[in-house]
Formats: sequence, C-alpha cells, structure tokens
Amino acid sequence: MSVPVRKQIRFILNDRPISLDDIAPDFTLLDFLRIDQRLTGTKEGCAEGDCGACTVLVGRLGVSGLVYETVNACIRFVGSLDACHVVTIEHLAAADGALHPVQQAMVDRHGSQCGFCTPGIVMSLYDLWLETSDATPAAVEKALQGNLCRCTGYETIIEAAKAASAVASDDDRLVAGRAAMEARLEKLRDGARVEIESAGGVIFVPASLNDLADIVEAHPEATIVAGSTDVGLWVTKQFRSITPVVFINNLLELKQITETSEGLTLGAGVTYSDAFEAIVERYPAMRGFWERIGGEQVRNMGTVGGNIANGSPIGDTPPPLIALSAHVTLRKGASERTLPLEDFFIDYGKQDRQPGEFVSAVHIPALDASRIFAAYKISKRRDEDISAVCGAFNVKIESGRVSDVRIAFGGMAATPKRASAVEAALKDQPWNEATIDTAMGMFEKDFQPLTDWRATADYRLLVAKNLLKRFFLETEGNSVVIERYETAGA
Amino acid sequence: MEQTSASSTEISGGVHAPRRHDSAHKHVTGTAEYTDDIGEPIGTLHAALGMTDRAHAKIVSINLDKVRDASGVVDVLTADDVPGVNDISPNGLDDEPILITDTCLYHGQPIFAVIAKTREQARRAATLAEIEYEDLPFETDVVGAMNAGYKHVTDPLKLQYGDVDTALANGTNRFSGEMRVGGQDHFYLEGQISLVVPGEDDEVTVYASTQHPSEIQHMVSHALGTSSNAVTVNVRRMGGGFGGKETQGNIFAAIAAIAAKRLKRPVKIRPDRDEDMTVTGKRHDFHVAYDVAYDNDGRIEALDATFAARCGYSSDLSGPVTDRALFHVDNCYFLPNTRLVSRPMMTNTVSNTAYRGFGGPQGMLGGERVIEEIAYRLGKDPLEIRRVNFYDEDKRNVTPYHQTVEDNIIARIVDEIEESSDYQARRKAIIDFNRTSKVIRKGIALTPVKFGISFTATWFNQAGALVHVYQDGSVHLNHGGTEMGQGLNTKVAQVVADEFQIDLENVRITATHTGKVPNTSATAASSGSDLNGMAAANAAQQIKTRLVMFASEQYGVPEEQIDFVPNHMRVGNQLIPFADMIKQAYMARVQLSAAGFYKTPKIHWDRDKGQGRPFFYFAYGASVSEVSIDTLTGEYHVDRVDILHDVGKSLNPAIDLGQVQGGFVQGMGWLTTEELWWDDKGRLRTHAPSTYKIPLASDKPKVFNVTLAQWSTNRERTIRRSKAVGEPPFMLANSVLEALSMAVASVADYRVCPCLDAPATPERILMAVERMKKA
Repeated sequence: MSVPVRKQIRFILNDRPISLDDIAPDFTLLDFLRIDQRLTGTKEGCAEGDCGACTVLVGRLGVSGLVYETVNACIRFVGSLDACHVVTIEHLAAADGALHPVQQAMVDRHGSQCGFCTPGIVMSLYDLWLETSDATPAAVEKALQGNLCRCTGYETIIEAAKAASAVASDDDRLVAGRAAMEARLEKLRDGARVEIESAGGVIFVPASLNDLADIVEAHPEATIVAGSTDVGLWVTKQFRSITPVVFINNLLELKQITETSEGLTLGAGVTYSDAFEAIVERYPAMRGFWERIGGEQVRNMGTVGGNIANGSPIGDTPPPLIALSAHVTLRKGASERTLPLEDFFIDYGKQDRQPGEFVSAVHIPALDASRIFAAYKISKRRDEDISAVCGAFNVKIESGRVSDVRIAFGGMAATPKRASAVEAALKDQPWNEATIDTAMGMFEKDFQPLTDWRATADYRLLVAKNLLKRFFLETEGNSVVIERYETAGA
Repeated sequence: MEQTSASSTEISGGVHAPRRHDSAHKHVTGTAEYTDDIGEPIGTLHAALGMTDRAHAKIVSINLDKVRDASGVVDVLTADDVPGVNDISPNGLDDEPILITDTCLYHGQPIFAVIAKTREQARRAATLAEIEYEDLPFETDVVGAMNAGYKHVTDPLKLQYGDVDTALANGTNRFSGEMRVGGQDHFYLEGQISLVVPGEDDEVTVYASTQHPSEIQHMVSHALGTSSNAVTVNVRRMGGGFGGKETQGNIFAAIAAIAAKRLKRPVKIRPDRDEDMTVTGKRHDFHVAYDVAYDNDGRIEALDATFAARCGYSSDLSGPVTDRALFHVDNCYFLPNTRLVSRPMMTNTVSNTAYRGFGGPQGMLGGERVIEEIAYRLGKDPLEIRRVNFYDEDKRNVTPYHQTVEDNIIARIVDEIEESSDYQARRKAIIDFNRTSKVIRKGIALTPVKFGISFTATWFNQAGALVHVYQDGSVHLNHGGTEMGQGLNTKVAQVVADEFQIDLENVRITATHTGKVPNTSATAASSGSDLNGMAAANAAQQIKTRLVMFASEQYGVPEEQIDFVPNHMRVGNQLIPFADMIKQAYMARVQLSAAGFYKTPKIHWDRDKGQGRPFFYFAYGASVSEVSIDTLTGEYHVDRVDILHDVGKSLNPAIDLGQVQGGFVQGMGWLTTEELWWDDKGRLRTHAPSTYKIPLASDKPKVFNVTLAQWSTNRERTIRRSKAVGEPPFMLANSVLEALSMAVASVADYRVCPCLDAPATPERILMAVERMKKA
C-alpha cells in the first residue's frame, strides 16, 4: 500500500482550524460542537435528522469549487468532515454584534417565539440567502423542508426569508472570505488516507476510489458511510457499533455524474442534491418526486448509492430506478460487476452484496420519447416524510397498445419490487380504462403489504391501484395533481 | 422600530405596542440560553431512564448487574432509593410513581435510572437491564378500555341544563352518532430536561424546562422527603411547552434531585426525543357519543353526549382536562336541553396531560360534529346551522354549566370574516368546481370559537410578581409566569414600563425563580399575561404610590398634581427625570421594591352541582379554511385560511398575531397529519419526528390572512382590557377538518355527512371518499 496515511481529521470550524486525532467512529458533529467546543447555539431536537434544530453549513471543495450545504449535525459524523468548513450560528453576526440580514429580518418580522428551532432555521435561510436574492414562498418552503417549528406557524419566518433575500451583504463572512477559504481547504487536501484508531474504534477516510476498494476488501466488516442519514440513527437511536467505519463522502471520483446518450451514471457518492439537475432534465417527471425526498439537509447528505446499498423497502429512489431499468455497479478490489437494480434486492435486509464489495455507481438508461414515465410518493405529510407507498410507472405505447411496461413499488413488500402481475395484465393490451381496471385487480397478486404507523395494508393496496389509475389519467392529458405553487421548486 | 425617547410624548414599548420578543436577538444568534446550554458545574453526572417493555405486566424479577457494570456508570436508582415519597402525582391521588416497583402499567414506564459520567454512557447502560415479566391483559384504546370495564382515573363530570330526556323524546328530528378525536404530542422542540445542583444541608437548586416551577419544587421536596424551602427552581426559558411541561417535567427533576443528593454531585437528565415522547403524556384522544334532537331550521333541541378520554395509567390532569372538554361542547351555541358526561378512562398508555386547549378542542370538535351533521341532514350550509344556534345577547345565553354568556361577540366576528373572506362566493365557486373536477375536490368551512378563560380550579387564579427599582432608575422584573416562547415576559415588561412610564429598555426581565415569587400557578390556561401582568402592575403601583407620597412631601405639591409621564415624573409644573426622582427617593429611604399580587375576581365553580361561573370571560374568533383533496390518494393541501380573532385590546399585537398563526397551524397539525399509533404490543410507534408528523412550512395555508379584531375590548377589567391568547386560536383549525369533510362529501353530492374522524390523515380522507362512493 503506497497511499500516505494521516492520523488526524482536519477541518475548519467557523474561523478556526481543528485537528483531531482521538475521535470515535460514531462521534457526531453535534456533540463535538455542543460538548467539546461549547458552541451551544446549535441545538439538539431529535437526534435523527428530522427536526433541523442542529442545522449547520458544511462547505467542501467539490467538482466545481467550494459549495456550502445545510446538514444535520446530529447525524453527521466528525470523521466525515476532513477538509471541510463547518459554519455554525455563532459565525453569522459580525464581530461587533451586528446581525446578519437573515437574523435581522427574523427579529424584525417576529420569526422566533420559543427560539429553540431558530438557530437551525436561520442556518437554512442563510443557505438560501447565499443562493438567491429572490426567495419566493416556494423556495423558502423548500429550504425549510427539513426544519420544524412548533410555535410560529411559519408565516413570519417565510416573510423574514423574503425580506432578507433582498438585502445584500458584502461583509458576509462566507461571501467575503470565499477565496481565502478555498485556499485554506485546498491546503487541507493532501491526498492522504486518514486512519484513526481510538478506544471507540477505527475510522478510515480513503484517499481515492482505489484506496476505498483496498480498505473495504481488507475490512469486509466495515460500515461504509456516505451521507449517514440512516447510519446516523443506528448510532443515536440504536447504539449500534459502526467500527471500522469508512467515510466515502469526500471522494470526488464517486461524485461523478456522467451523462451520455445512453443515459445517466451517478457515482455512489452523488447526493440527492448533486443529482437533482441531471435527474430532472432527463426525467422531468421526477422533479416533484425528488423534491419530496427527505428535507434539504437530508438531500444534501444522503446519496442515491446509499439509498440503494442500504436495502430499505421504503427507500424513495429504488422504485423509480427499477422502473427505469437502472443497473447498479458493485466493486470489489479491482473487479466490478453490474446487475439490474431489481436483482440487487433479495429479501428484507438482504442484498446481493458480497463481503468486501461496495456499490460504486448506478446507471439509469435514457428515456426515449416513446415512453411515458411517472413516479409518485404518498406519505402522511407531504414533505420530509417516509413514504407509505412509492410507485413508478414506465410504459411504451405503440398503436394504442402497451408494448412494454415496468412498474415498481416501495412500501408494498419486504423489498422494492416490480408489480409483475399488474405488468402482465397491461402488456399487449389496449391503453384504455378497461385495461387499467383489469390491471388494478391484479395488485393483490403482487403485493401483500403490511399495516404499520404509516398506513394500513388496505390503504397501501388501494393507493397503489389508484396510482396506476392516476398514471393513466395523466397520460390521457388530465391534470390530477394539487399544485401548491404553479412552478414547483425554486 | 425601537427607539428610546428622552422627552417624547410616548414611551418606547408601552402596552399595545407591537414590540419584538425580548429574546429575539438572542434566538437568532444562538445565544439564548436553554437549560442544556448552561455550563455544567465540574463533576456533573448524567442520568437516563430505564424503561419497561411491556404494556401491562407484573415485574417478576429485575437484574441490574449489567447496568451497574457498564462503562461509566456511577449509580443505579430504583424505587427503593427514593428517600421521600415515590410519587409525583400532581393532584394528590398518589397514582404516579417516580419509578415503578411491582407492576408496569404502560409500555416504557420507567423502572430504574442510571447515573453515569456521560449522557451517552447512561443511555447505553439503561438498555442492559434484565427484567422478567408476567404479562397481564392490557388496553391502549379508550373504547377497548370501556369495553373491558377499565376504571375511571378520576371522577367523571356531569353537566345538565334543561330537560334532555323529554326534549329528546319529543324532538322534531333525532339522530345519534359517534366520533373519534385523536390525541397529540406536544413536540416542543426543546425536550424535557433538569439539572440539579446539590447545596448545603438538604438544599437543592433545580434548573428545569418547566411551565410550573412551584410544582417542580413541591415534587422534588416530596421525593427528597424535605420541605419546600429547601428547593429552589430556576427557569429562564423553555424551548416550547404547550402544556407538555406543566406536570411532565416532574419525573426528570425528581430523579436528578435524588441522584444529586445521594451522590453529592450535580446531575443532569435530558431524555432522548424517543424516550421523551414515550414517557411523557400527550393530548387526550376522545371517543364522543352523541344523541341529538333538532328542529327543521337546524336549531338544536336537545343534546345528550358522552366524552370518553384515553387518560393513560394515572389521573395526572385528566380530571380538569375532561371537565374542560365538557365546558366547550357548546362552543358558541345555546343548548336548551343538554346532558354532557365525561368518562376519564384508564388505559395502559402513558398518562395524558395538559395540551394547549386542555380538552377544550376535543369537546368543541364533538359539538361541531353535531352541527355539521345537522347541516348535511337538512341539506344546508353548516354556517346557517351555526347561526341559528348562536347564543343570543340577552336570552338563550346560559351555558350547560349555568354560566351566563355576557360578552358575546361571535355574531359580529362571523359576519365580518364571512364578508372579508368572501365566503359565500367562494363556497359557490367550490361547489361548481367540484361538479366537474374528476379527481381533485375542494371544500370550505367557517367555524367559530368561544373559549373560556380562567383555571377551572379557582385557587389557581392567583399570581405574584416582584419589582425592584434600583438607584439608577433601572427596573428588575420578576413574576411567577414562565417564558416558553409566548412572549409573556415581553408583555409583562410592557405593563411595568407603562405603569412607570419608562422605556421598555429600562425594564430587565429575569428568570422565573421560586425564591423570588412563591406559590405560583402553572403558566397555563392562557392565563399568563392576565394573572402575571396584573400582579406586576400591582407591584409597580405600590412603588408608584410611595413615590407619589414622597414627591408630594419633598416638593410640597398635592398628590393629585403628581403623575408619571414618559420617562419623568410630573410634580406640579416640574418635570423630573424618572432616574433622578428614584435617586432622591432612595436617599430619603423610600422602599423601592414591592411584591405584587392578583387574584381573578367573580369566578366560582361547584363541580358536584355542575354549576357556577368557572370563567372570568370568553375569547372569540372565527376562521374560514379552503382545502383541496386528491380523491385517488387522500392527500390534501390547505389552500387558504382567513382568521379574525379576538384578543380584546391587545397588549402586543405582534406577539398576539404570532400566537394566533402558530396556534392555528398547531391545531391544523392535530386535525391532519399528527397521528399517535400504538402497535399490538401496546407500544407507541410514533415517538419521533421521523414517524410523528407535525406541520412543516409547506403545510402552512398557502394564503394565510390573519387579523385581530381591532374593535374588541375585554368587558371585564383585565390587564389593560386585553384577552388571553395562548389557547383559543388552536381551535380555529376546526374549519380545516370541516372543509376536508366537505371536499369528501362532494363525492356523494353532499347528501351524507362524511363523519370524518380526526386526525384526517390522507388515509382517513381516502377511506372516507370510498365510503362516500358507496353511500
């Protein structure tokens, strides 16, 4: 092994360099901030990445320079922060105490009541402020998908965001200090593997994709962590050991998005946010769907690769990816294999991944014009909720008949799964209401869903059937969606 | 904007000014200090609860060896280690052990506590106990509990007015029905927490996130077996309360105090969100059964209804909560013949507790269901039925609890919101839309609110305050209320600034402290400003009286020629800066500190008879909600909400508006996406934000027009004629449920009432649509 090894995690916290050589694999950024650093402005509301009270910004040199994103500090591991810039609420106001425009607007518009969610809300709005000078209500709602407030009813916060976005501030630390910070972070990137052994276990931060392959092959029991939006909860809620851990979110090689006429390839480290533009450009029907995956912080952290590798029956992306005939590439050492995504999911908690293997990419074929595709997510709450049912439809209609069909569902079985009986009932049939009605009757053959706190089995089945009906109605040109805003998203 | 005025005609931040929250600048910078942010004294240990995993079982044996041996563990507490009384029941019924001994009554009930060097070590160790159970039958559901013959946790209440049996028998039209109303978790963003620092002798100091410092004081002294004067409780602020920190902090404070005293070290306990939601009570779920008679105009002739509540394993506040449910069944409607009965059912669930509205929302929703169903039966707009049933000003104005409604303004409120929201035209347009829309359906509803203000336990309606004026003229304010985000401290400070006629900037708000103001009531029942504002005004007035006497003597000017003008005292024709006068008064040895007191007049309540005047006055409001539903999936959006709400003459319109907006959205969450779900083992499975869904920014009504009724003034002598605002707006959300119901009803052309239960999750909406298709 010729890779240089470093024994410290190094990053910048607000304006201070941090170097840590004795940290456990499961040490969270939130505990680091609150307990070690006594930066108590960042709050813990849930310790599972669902309330946003712990929102901070993490800046990282990406494929196209320094990018800041909101993350949930409660489920972000310190070991994953190498060469990052962590920005907390304490970094916003000026040295003389003058409030940042976002903070001032929140004060002026009465955007805080109890104040506990406020630092997290301010950080999410700060991120929005950095991105746009015209915060529409839709953009603000999207920016706040991962932030709960129990007091205000949000109206005043949305007003504050809008007011603040119109106020420029050249003094803003991240705006004014951008070039200097890029240089500082560049210096931290020394091409070394980080390897830390502490009483709490072992952390690896691979130097490269090849290094990752070596590490995983040598440590097949390792927990591979990309976004930690799920693994974070293994730690905070279940006290599961994740050592040895391999943090892969720094690997630019895994963040590649390759677009060809054949389709789209997403490296396993591509986050939902990274993938958004490419996905909605090629699969416009995915826009609304993609915007309902988690909240902004979760989309900034979580990866499509992780959503697949983790094998959850209720992951959002597998159903549409299966319907789109996606393939997944697994790598072990120097060798790779590629298989249809639907074959990757074997049973509940069981995937076709061998020891020493890791998911390296997902390939999504291009959607040719003859196909109609849609993906739907049904959840109790519209945003930042786990789906009760998730369904995706991909049909090819030729001369009024269904010449090809792929339908996949999540939340309906132990794995994300195709609706084979429904597909069979549609194949070669005329694309009309009678066919749809017949096919709707086939769902029971494909699925025997569970009843749980998200939905009853009856509801899941009924909704699955109705989603087929909705898909049909939409192909017939009916608008059957409640649009909250005329153009979704920002 | 804020400015200091030296000799202007008005002080900065007096009453009725829309001042920002006093801590706003600290909220937005992360410098507002919550209990977990307080620097921990050296040697602080951390506690975690050991919880059972049976809904109802005998404890056969418990082995804590692995817990004790776990890394970092310093001590393990069981019920045997409680030095005083192992009970934290807030009502003296002794039914709420701190740690259980022989029987577990709900899934998750605490049985031991671990004390360790770090919080993480304590939490990990708490999972290692080996407990042997002998399972017993259990009921988590209120109807299941009634069927199984479970007991009432406290005495039911019966309200009777008129002759309900005769009126029902002779009714023009009659029907009966039932309704389920779901519970609600508070989901305060800051969870429960206590930090206890042991002191000399038997003393302890408690830093807690609580709405009721005095009760924490009593419970801690009870658990330690010491007297109240040994326990001091501090509360600077809470990160949200909503009723969830009225009694639910007791267990945490008691455990931290026991451990702190035993180990002679500070002990902090902050449960994880999942544990918090598992071991703290929630809003009561209700089952409502009603029997109604009404005439052909929709006027109610008789109502006989039973309100059964899921109270959980103990009484806690379930008595007054279920009482308040009955007090609000009438809402704005005269019920000429009525019998209302509560059934506070024991269940094998966590003990339910106070939550914004305190049973009122559930009672009111049951009453509104009756109105709605009459409307569908008569084929009329529910608004018409509401109007014919409204209390009159001078007759038909006695409630089921025999209090006369003397301040009724609901007709005007409803007329105004009907017009300003363009209700009639929009309703017509929606009916037209529904005629042609295949999948998406819309609904609209206008619902009123009348909410009774005062604790129904009359003795709680008292408050104290402590005001010091220092030699430089700055004022230190303390009162018995607690700040949980509602802006109470700001309002009370405005009252004091206004009394002295000094700029608000000169009044410093300090943490609630049982050593400064004793025997406080919970900051609850929307009473915070009413009670503490009055007590603080009383304290300021005492000092003012002394200052006037002093100035009269000093300057030889009759007292009636002395008054308080902006930042000055006017003594005859002289204007003396306030600070100068204070300095003079100090030099002349005038007492510049006073303890104020207030008790609400006029109220009385005889629970056995079900008669009296439990409420000093009523707060009113009305809302119009418009929604769209998707009849294929049950998903929905709230498109527009218009609200007109009565806060009397507002002490602070900005803060009050925030309470109305926030209360509405919280109520909307209760009626829509917030669902509590227990599995077949009796486990609550919706115990974190990943599974329990409170409203997000994108759930807020797309158009949200909220107005305060500027013309309203409290007819009673409340603090500056304002009205309480904490709870009443919560029930404005009732219009969302009824609008959803209308959208569902459109599927069957409004022929039948969908009888939509709450919460109306997408699943409930879709299943109701399916029922309508078959209707």
